[in-house]
Amino acid sequence: MTFRKYLVLASVTLCASIGDSLLSRGMKQVGNISLSHLHDLILAVLNPSVALGILLLLGFFASYMTALSWADLTYVLPATSLGYVLLTLIAKFYLHEQVTTSRWIGVLLISAGVGFVTQGPALTQPPHEEFKTASAGKRP
Amino acid sequence: MKQAYAWSAIAAIVLASTTGDVLLSRAMKQVGDVGELWRQSGLWTVIGRMLRNPSFLLGVLAMTAAFYSLLFGLSWGDVSLIAPASASLTFVTNAIAAKIFLHERVDHRRWMAALMVAGGVVLLAA
Repeated sequence: MTFRKYLVLASVTLCASIGDSLLSRGMKQVGNISLSHLHDLILAVLNPSVALGILLLLGFFASYMTALSWADLTYVLPATSLGYVLLTLIAKFYLHEQVTTSRWIGVLLISAGVGFVTQGPALTQPPHEEFKTASAGKRP
Repeated sequence: MKQAYAWSAIAAIVLASTTGDVLLSRAMKQVGDVGELWRQSGLWTVIGRMLRNPSFLLGVLAMTAAFYSLLFGLSWGDVSLIAPASASLTFVTNAIAAKIFLHERVDHRRWMAALMVAGGVVLLAA
């Protein structure tokens, strides 16, 4: 893993968490959408928060596609889940919100999960590649 | 009734985003390392390869379905229920789907990571 690749993973994390927050705020401003007025769902993209959220989610999509081109799905998803931790830290230290013990345990679990997955290889090697690597390792 | 809508939206988000993730992951492995390809052949080659890949197009379609399910769900339920419930379930379903359809080596380390992150997300919403 190179520094550039870690930057791509950081971009996935930041764009997703900030984009989701903006979408949430925008949809609360738009209000409830009923099944009989589904066209309201399309008009919702005109809300500035929803529009900015969509822009950030496009940034997320570009970096997510880049990450998936050189890493497994089961590596990228847990490795980019630090956004949840980031949002909790912002809530505690920037917004001065009350963060309960169970939330701190959640933060610890996610951080440990990210630590677990990033210790291993990012990509599953095809079986013949693994065999070649193993054979090369056995040579004196 | 609101709860029923919210949980229907969660089920739709999980199903659509897992399908989308698996299809997009398959497509991007077929496209190749985006950074290297960009340096060698330029951005348009990367975009062209992605847009000509059927898995990519189907994946985007599934992700669009997941996105609109999320918008629908957020308008009915609390973000504190919709976002963590769909995210944590998606971590687990993605691990299962990646093992079955992408033949990824989901070893103990990756299972632990998926379950820990899924559990952590649930606790954050508690």
